[in-house]
Amino acid sequence: MSYITKSPWIIHYDGSSCNGCDIEVLACLTPLYDLERFGIVNTGNPKHADVFLVTGGINEQSREVVKNTYDQMPDPKVVVAIGICATTGGVFRECYNIMGGVDKVIPVDVYVPGCAARPESIIDGVVRALGILEEKRTKMTEKGGK
Amino acid sequence: MITEIIFAIGFIILAPFIGALIGGIDRKVTARMQGRVGPPVLQPLYDVFKLFEKEKAVVRNEVNFYIFSYLIFVVFTGALFFSGSDILLVIFALTLAHAFLILGAYAATSPYSHIGAERELLQLMAVEPMLILAAAGFYMATGSFSVRDIALWPEPIVMTLPLLFVGIVYVLTIKLRKSPFDLATTHHAHQELVKGLTTEFAGPTLGMVEIAHLYETVFFLGLVWLFFASMPWVGLLAVIIVYFLEILVDNTTTRVRWQVMLRSAWLVALVAGAINLGVLTLM
Amino acid sequence: MELLVFLILFPALAALLFCILPNGRLRDTIVVLVSAVIIAVTLYLFVLFAGAGTVYFDIESGMISQIMTGLEVIISAGLLYLAAKYRQYLIAGLVVIQLGVVLYAESLINETAALNNLFIDPFSIIMAMIIGIIGSLICVYSVGYMRDYHAHHEGMPDKRRWFFALLFVFLAAMFGVVFSNNLFWLFFFWEVTTLCSFLLIGYSWDEEARKNAFWALLLNLLGGLAFAFTFVWIGLTDPSGGLVMMDTLLAAGPAVAMIPAALIGFAGLTKAAQMPFSSWLVGAMVAPTPVSALLHSSTMVKAGVYMIVRFAPIYNVTMVGYMISLVGGVTFLLASGIAISQSNAKKVLAYSTIANLGLVVACAGIGSYAAVWAAILLIVFHAIAKSLLFLSVGTVEHKIGSRNIEDMTGLLGRLPAVTVMMIIGIAGMFLAPFGMLISKWAALVAFLDAQYGFILVLLLAFGSAVTVFFWTKWLGKLIEVAWNPKPVEAKISNHEYSALVPLTVLMVAVCIGFPLLSSYLVVPYVFGIYGMAATLGQANMTIMVMMVFMVLIMPLSLLYFRKDRKILPHYMGGLSSTPDMHFKGSIGVQRPVALGNYYLADYFGEKRLSNIGNGFCIAFIAMLMITVILGVIA
Ligand code: SF4
Repeated sequence: MSYITKSPWIIHYDGSSCNGCDIEVLACLTPLYDLERFGIVNTGNPKHADVFLVTGGINEQSREVVKNTYDQMPDPKVVVAIGICATTGGVFRECYNIMGGVDKVIPVDVYVPGCAARPESIIDGVVRALGILEEKRTKMTEKGGK
Repeated sequence: MITEIIFAIGFIILAPFIGALIGGIDRKVTARMQGRVGPPVLQPLYDVFKLFEKEKAVVRNEVNFYIFSYLIFVVFTGALFFSGSDILLVIFALTLAHAFLILGAYAATSPYSHIGAERELLQLMAVEPMLILAAAGFYMATGSFSVRDIALWPEPIVMTLPLLFVGIVYVLTIKLRKSPFDLATTHHAHQELVKGLTTEFAGPTLGMVEIAHLYETVFFLGLVWLFFASMPWVGLLAVIIVYFLEILVDNTTTRVRWQVMLRSAWLVALVAGAINLGVLTLM
Repeated sequence: MELLVFLILFPALAALLFCILPNGRLRDTIVVLVSAVIIAVTLYLFVLFAGAGTVYFDIESGMISQIMTGLEVIISAGLLYLAAKYRQYLIAGLVVIQLGVVLYAESLINETAALNNLFIDPFSIIMAMIIGIIGSLICVYSVGYMRDYHAHHEGMPDKRRWFFALLFVFLAAMFGVVFSNNLFWLFFFWEVTTLCSFLLIGYSWDEEARKNAFWALLLNLLGGLAFAFTFVWIGLTDPSGGLVMMDTLLAAGPAVAMIPAALIGFAGLTKAAQMPFSSWLVGAMVAPTPVSALLHSSTMVKAGVYMIVRFAPIYNVTMVGYMISLVGGVTFLLASGIAISQSNAKKVLAYSTIANLGLVVACAGIGSYAAVWAAILLIVFHAIAKSLLFLSVGTVEHKIGSRNIEDMTGLLGRLPAVTVMMIIGIAGMFLAPFGMLISKWAALVAFLDAQYGFILVLLLAFGSAVTVFFWTKWLGKLIEVAWNPKPVEAKISNHEYSALVPLTVLMVAVCIGFPLLSSYLVVPYVFGIYGMAATLGQANMTIMVMMVFMVLIMPLSLLYFRKDRKILPHYMGGLSSTPDMHFKGSIGVQRPVALGNYYLADYFGEKRLSNIGNGFCIAFIAMLMITVILGVIA
């Protein structure tokens, strides 16, 4: 096992959420859930981050930001779409400015549905994402080895 | 000579682990203070190892050169200190190291790292007088700048330099990047200006910064210990108490503006230095 | 002896030649040749006298002294004319009084007894090398620079003949200052440097230049007056004239020499631009850059500190010495502080010169062996680093059209060669392991051993923190390369290069080789006076040299770090940014990123700090003067 799963740092971006999911994400960091148990730190900086948490659907304004943020994260990295909005666009899907879920712009590894997604499921989603992170890491070293 | 080299090598090998342990305990205690469980004690080590598993991504290649130099000179500083060299040289080497760190942030040429660099520079300016005055105090107390002589001094130096000791503890907060003085960059989730100084450092580059920080922690605690060198165990206790105080302060204060930091640090240095050295002169 | 006389006369004669020669190839070549000869002779001087200790030369003084008096009268008349023409009555008054005082003093002293008018010792050799090598390199640089200068300032009358003549007279006078043992002679040369600096500062002779030139003249005349009173005192106490010889005076010890030492100390403070006299050196930056380089590094201000360091043994553990130290210490701290608030590169350099000279003065005022050792090393490092910096700033200014540090963002990408030299100069100014560190280290040790030295330690501790701040932020600006820029028109004249490159090499060489410098020149000098000498200790020396090598080797790591890196764009809060640092702002407008440095003007403003500094320093100098007056009465 590589160390990346022991110290996943996250960056959290609010695409166009109603703020419900964001509050739940932050709730994960509170004493009740204490994400830091898993070595998870909220960095707020793509260059330090391994896990990208996106809440809310993607609109014209946030499209570029999500894309840039993702591009600036060094490999290996995973994306977790949190809440039904981030997964598919949710109730805002039909809005004139909404493009849809996060996967319209960047590849998403884990979808955490719910409106709002509960902290338990967010944590579950992140932990699942760690498995994918590990895989990507192995792939990366193999590629590097060749 | 041989013992000195052994000490230096010992420092180079052990310090990151000790530093990581201290950092881990720090995070654990912090978590407990906030009613959380907290990460494993070895978390800082995991973090560093992870960073080296990441892709080597930089803004500009030159940045790595500066950061590498920073790391090397921090290690050099600590090695000089623990091998008992001249304490002034130790301080100057540390300044050089930090100058490299700041230059690294400048070379990254991004708004966030630029402001981080400026703030780090302010921190450097805030701390430097106190360090030099402490060195001067050691000299006045023991008649030597050599860390070795100071460490072997038969009396606890803290008795002669109480104010300078307080001053050092004060600036330690700045050097360990603890709130309320974590202006340039911070370990906490409550960032400001993204990650300040380290914003543009990714993967292994950031890893080097982290390692340097581990070394630095050990070095600074060594400096605190030096005030109690004649009573090693009391010194250890003092180090633990001081570090606990730092954690406490870290968790109970909010970040201040640089004006407050600079003024207060200089005031402390001025008062502590003037009174303590003045009294020593007159005695 | 011939060598000494040659070094004084040769540049002076060359100057006469330059008055006649027209602008053009021929003159330029001769400037280079003359400079080369001066450098060669200085080196030969070093080889010849390095191990010889102090050597005195007996020259018939009668005739020469009379010529000097005659010249002094002529110079005074010239100054009077200028002062009257521009209604500088204060200056006219000072000139008259000074001349009167000198003539009166000469009538008191029977100078025929004067022997040993010239001398050379390790300290003189160091100074001669600074003047000869650095000064000459600056002259070579001027050839290229002045050509550009007049191309940039078209309306200005081309007085380059004058200019080169003055430069070499300046060098001649400086050689005179450091070789003279006869204080009358020294005074003559001293006044010539004042005159030359006045004329060079006023080179463009526009409103501002004239004002600043007269201001410099005024302050330096004040110092000159104090110097002149020394002779009156000597004349009154010892008409035989023996004390006019510096060695006799110094050997007489504090009991006798205290008052002259204080007066000369005062003169030195004016010339070394210590607060409250610092304003003249700041004003002097209106002159073409080589002049600034000359004034700051190898001539003028160095004459000031030279005298103070010479008299350092007298200051040791005295009230006068302590006051001089305090002036130096306060100047060091506050001038460094002011440098933080300046964005004009030349102004930053000016204030840092003032600050560093302050440190030298502080050391000299303490006057212990360790302090003198530190002071001399500081002089050397400062001379090299400062000349390098001024010259590179001058070149950069001509290339990018600005001397503002904010405009030097990413200069490393645009003018790589010159910028690297500039970086080495800056590193030499403040960064461990380079020069200043050693000197600071030694100064600290010296202060700690001195009586009530802890106040100076405080000043040094804060001052050193401040210097780190303003140098690092400048350095940061230079390396803040945002894109892959095209080098600006890279054509820098050969003359400029041929000064910059040797200075850079010299800088690095001195940093590596300072143990040799110390043990061959500085230690013998200090040992000759105090019978003991400061040594850094073998271990410390090794550590420092080790650090220099580490810094020099470190860039090799770039070879490794260049490989297989992924280049990420800058983080701009998630917005897209272009490689040349434009980002997409609101309503899709492209905006440039502007990164400015902190100048903290509210805290380190020029006005505020210079007022404080002048207040303190005037108080210290007043106490110094009171000591003198009390001494005279007693
Ligand atoms: S999923 Fe629900 S709670 Fe979350 S952002 Fe969408 S609407 Fe808000």
